[in-house]
Amino acid sequence: MGSLKIENVKKSFGKVDVLKGIDLEVQDGEFVVFVGPSGCGKSTLLRVIAGLEDATSGKVLIDGVNVVNTPPAKRGIAMVFQTYALYPHLTVRDNMGLGLKQAGTPTAEIDKRIGIASAMLSLEPYLQRRPAELSGGQRQRVAIGRAVVREPKLFLFDEPLSNLDAALRVNTRLEIAQLHRRLKATMIYVTHDQVEAMTLADKIVVLNAGRIEQVGAPMELYNSPANEFVAGFIGSPKMNFVDGARLGDGGAKTVGVRPEHLSVSASSGEWRGTVVHAEHLGADTNLYLDCEKAGLITVRIFGVYNAEPGATIYATPQPGKIFRFDAEGRAIR
Amino acid sequence: MSRAAHSPARSAAAHAVLIAYTAIALFPVLLIVINSLKSRNAIFRSPLALPTPETFDPVGYTTVMAQGDFLLYFQNSLIVTVGSLFFVILFGAMAAFALSEYRFRGNTLTGLYLALGIMIPIRLGTVAILQMMVASGLVNTLTALILVYTAQGLPLCIFILSEFMKTVSDDLKNAGRIDGLSEYRIFFRLVLPLVRPAMATVAVFTMIPIWNDLWFPLILAPSEGTKTVTLGAQIFIGQFVTNWNAVLAALSLAILPVLVLYLIFSRQLIRGITSGAVK
Repeated sequence: MGSLKIENVKKSFGKVDVLKGIDLEVQDGEFVVFVGPSGCGKSTLLRVIAGLEDATSGKVLIDGVNVVNTPPAKRGIAMVFQTYALYPHLTVRDNMGLGLKQAGTPTAEIDKRIGIASAMLSLEPYLQRRPAELSGGQRQRVAIGRAVVREPKLFLFDEPLSNLDAALRVNTRLEIAQLHRRLKATMIYVTHDQVEAMTLADKIVVLNAGRIEQVGAPMELYNSPANEFVAGFIGSPKMNFVDGARLGDGGAKTVGVRPEHLSVSASSGEWRGTVVHAEHLGADTNLYLDCEKAGLITVRIFGVYNAEPGATIYATPQPGKIFRFDAEGRAIR
Repeated sequence: MSRAAHSPARSAAAHAVLIAYTAIALFPVLLIVINSLKSRNAIFRSPLALPTPETFDPVGYTTVMAQGDFLLYFQNSLIVTVGSLFFVILFGAMAAFALSEYRFRGNTLTGLYLALGIMIPIRLGTVAILQMMVASGLVNTLTALILVYTAQGLPLCIFILSEFMKTVSDDLKNAGRIDGLSEYRIFFRLVLPLVRPAMATVAVFTMIPIWNDLWFPLILAPSEGTKTVTLGAQIFIGQFVTNWNAVLAALSLAILPVLVLYLIFSRQLIRGITSGAVK
């Protein structure tokens, strides 16, 4: 139980087409992450799956049943929102139990499920508190708990970590990963943060301008992006793109090299450049080089590397780590 | 910045300005109250003096209590004000929710149409309203007043509340939908409590003109049984002789219920006024 199939889903707001025909299949128990820049339609797609927005056309099948005309509460889903969306007038316990109460679940069963979920998320000391008395991280755990108690076929997460600070974000990310391993439930997760996408997903769906650009495992997208967009979106810092003609590569419109796939040397190399700026992060160093041949590029060096702005440095792409794209931006393999 | 705010001279100046303003605002009210407790001669001889044992005379209050049925007038005023307030808030909030929450054809146009009432005074339609009330047999009933005041209060209420309802998080409403709450429960249980300060603001702004109105009671419900306090106080004002003691006493008494209602709403009101400015 818990598979999802989307067939040619389109969504327009007036004249604006937000989703331009999405086809997607999610297997039972998979963790799928929708990722893309803001305005790409990833949240809208999640809302269509949840039933909070009606698709203009197309089908949404949960466990093989078309749910297009089913209200959200009857779809067997649970959703975690970016802003937590806890009911301010209810205690943590009632927040978690409300959905089940509405569905007519017996009280004993509700209590049992709240007990399990609050133990799982270490929320037991807070059950009698109201959301206003909780910290951001605790609120988001309550929101996750509210989803867990419903035992849904499908968990939907709408940028759940965006409102948390950096440290909590890492913790909560870990908790969500553990939750998925424990519940073995199907989860769909929307984010614009590619680190979250890479660390959590079994399968990443990259969206851009209302279309799916590529679907694949995190490493698949990293190692063989289907096109220039995916290549630029996955990986941090962003992949360097250089005009093929400038490098004398006639077959490719654009050539891409990831910052971590460039070797540097102070004496010799393929691309000679001047250091514009250096970011020292401790574990690695990002250099911004202005190269005569390749233009402004980013180089990521592991460990500490001392380079002052203005210094001359040579960068060389590592063999076999070069991506080539044609005039339409498609990868040439 | 913070040091300047704490400097005694500045804070004294700020307080002086505020106290002066308070005095100016309260002066007419105070004048009414002190004069309502004086004899007729004292009112005219020294209108600004406080009542002394010689000039103290509760004749105004005894006249009000004896003449005319002021308890009934108060009751009428209260029924009309509270009734209108209830309908204004209920229907106004519902309309505001619909306008702010649902996308439908003509949404903006409907919103503009409903807000039009803010700009056009309802009194322009008095003749038509009177004809309508005569035709429907509602003249000299409190229902007529409640209906008119509800119509009068709705535009501002919808305008203010729909702005506030747009600020209620969509996620919260959607969470309610996923948990299986009906749109009515989302409205009453999730949205209304969150816009309570705005509702208190609207309630105060709606309540005071209704309580003080003379126009519609005079035209639509002037009968003895349906008189409101403001209309009732008019019996003491004559073309040639005005019983000032009674008028002032009636007005002093009329302040009380509004004051009570205001105190109920004021805690919420302050939050409503400042909530836009200070997050």
